[in-house]
Amino acid sequence: MTEQTGTAPRISVRGVRKVFPLKGEEFVALNGVDLEIADNEFVTVVGPSGCGKSTLLNILAGLDSPTSGEALVGGAAVNGPGPERGVIFQQYALFPWLTVRKNVEFGLKTAGVGKAERRERAEHFISLVGLDQFADALPKMLSGGMKQRCAIARAYAVNPEILLMDEPFGALDALTRVKLQEQLLDTWSAEKRTVMFITHDVDEAVILGNRVVVMAARPGRIFEVIDVDLPYPRTEEVRLSPEFSELRNRVWTAVYHQSEPGEH
Amino acid sequence: MATASLTTRRGISPSARLVVLNIASVVGGIALWWYLAEHGFNFPTPPEVVEAAVDLWQKGLLQEDVMASLGRVLSGFLLGTAAAVPTGFLMGWYVVARGIFEPWIQFFRTIPPLALLPLVLVLMGIGETPKIFVIFLAAFLASVISTYQGVVSVDRTLINAARVLGANDWIIFSRVVVPASTPFILVGMRVGLGSAWATLVAAELLAAQAGIGHRMQFAQIYYDLPTIFVGIVLIGVLGLIMDRLLLAAEEKLTGWQERR
Repeated sequence: MTEQTGTAPRISVRGVRKVFPLKGEEFVALNGVDLEIADNEFVTVVGPSGCGKSTLLNILAGLDSPTSGEALVGGAAVNGPGPERGVIFQQYALFPWLTVRKNVEFGLKTAGVGKAERRERAEHFISLVGLDQFADALPKMLSGGMKQRCAIARAYAVNPEILLMDEPFGALDALTRVKLQEQLLDTWSAEKRTVMFITHDVDEAVILGNRVVVMAARPGRIFEVIDVDLPYPRTEEVRLSPEFSELRNRVWTAVYHQSEPGEH
Repeated sequence: MATASLTTRRGISPSARLVVLNIASVVGGIALWWYLAEHGFNFPTPPEVVEAAVDLWQKGLLQEDVMASLGRVLSGFLLGTAAAVPTGFLMGWYVVARGIFEPWIQFFRTIPPLALLPLVLVLMGIGETPKIFVIFLAAFLASVISTYQGVVSVDRTLINAARVLGANDWIIFSRVVVPASTPFILVGMRVGLGSAWATLVAAELLAAQAGIGHRMQFAQIYYDLPTIFVGIVLIGVLGLIMDRLLLAAEEKLTGWQERR
C-alpha cells in the first residue's frame, strides 16, 4: 500500500520531536527527525554533543519516548524495551558480579532458555568475540576493550534483529578502538543485523557504516545523510584509500562546519 | 652486601611485616600493662586476670555468660537484619514505602537504643524480651539505612541493560538490584553488629541475671577487678571475632567489586 518496492524498512523514524524540561525552560533535544534504516544496514550517526544522537537511540531502544512523532521497528510502534533490539552502552554495563559467561547468558535466562542451550549459545558468541579464554572471568579482570566485546556477545546472544550501539568504543584508546571496529565488522559480516551505531568519531563513522547520518545541535536534527559506497570488508587498504579520505572529509565538513551554508 | 640486605628486606611481604608489627604491638602493650600493674597502678596483673578467667571457667560461669550474651546479641541482630533488609528494599523501590518509613527511622536513629531501655523495661518486664528488643532496634536502624542507600544507588545503566535484555521488574529486582546492593547491606550489617554488641553489654550492665555485662556489674560490687578485666577482654575478643566473620563473608560475597 506504500510506495516501498522491496521490504518495509526495519527501522522507521517519523517526525520525531523530543523536548526535555531544563531549568524551567524547554530544551529541544530532537526536532523533526525522519530516518529509515533497511534490513541488515549498518548506519552510523555522528554529530556534536547535544545533537540528540543518544536520545534518538534511547527512543528506538524504548528507554525513552518521543514527545511527538513516532518510532517504528519492523512496522510496529516502539513501546518499551524488547529483546529484538539489543543495546550496547558506552559504559559497557556488564553485571560486575557475573562472569563473562553468565553475563552473556543473562538475556537467555530471562527468556527462559534451558541450561544446555543457554550454555551452547553463550559459548558460540563468546568465541565469536574472541573471549574463550576469559569465559569464567569476572568483568573486573577484563580490559575496557574486552568488556565491550563481552557486552557485544551479550547483546548478540538473545538474537536481536537490531543492534543499537551508543558510542561503544568512545572510552577506548585509539589502537584498541581500531581493533574493535575490525572485529565488530567481522562479527556483523558473520551474523548480519540491522545496526545503528552512534559515535563522535568521524573516521569511525565512515569506516563502519553503509550510511553516515550527520546530526546538528540546537535543536537536535538530521543535518545530512552521506552514503558510504566503500566495499566490505573494510580492510586497511580501504582505510588508506583516497575514496575513504574523500568521504571522511565530506563527513568532517558536515560535522564541523554546520553553521556555514554548505554547497551540497 | 647492600644489595643482599635490600633483597632480604624486600623478601618479607608488606602484609607479613604488618602482622609482625601487630604481634609486637600487642605483646608490648601487655608488657606495659604488667609493668604498670606492678608499679603503683591499682590494676590486676595479666596472670591474675588469666587466673580469674580460669576460675570462672571451672565454675561454669564464663561459658554461661558468653552463651547468654551471644544468644541475645545474635537473636537481636538476626531479627534486626531480617527486618531491615526487606524494609530497606521497599523504601528504595517504592516511594510510598519511603514516605511512610523514613520519618520514623530518622527519628529513632537519633535516639541511642539504650535510652529506650527504661521504657522497654517497664513495658516488657525484666526477661529476655526487652534486651533482645533494644539489640534488635540497634541492628535494624544501622542496616535499614544502608540497604536503602544500596537500592537507590544502583547504577541506572545496569537496570537499563537488564531491561533491554528482556528483564521484567521482578527479574531486575532479584537479579540486578539485590546483588548490586549486597555490598551496602553487608556494610550495614557490620555497623549493625557493632552497635548491637555495644548495646547488649550496656543493657546487661543495667538489667540481667547472666551475661558478660552482668558478671562485670556483679564484680564491681565486690571490687573484683580481675573479673572486670576478664569481661572487658571477652567483650573485645568476641566483638572482634564476629566482625572478622562478617568481613570474611563480605569479601566472599562482594569480591566482584572493582576496587581502585
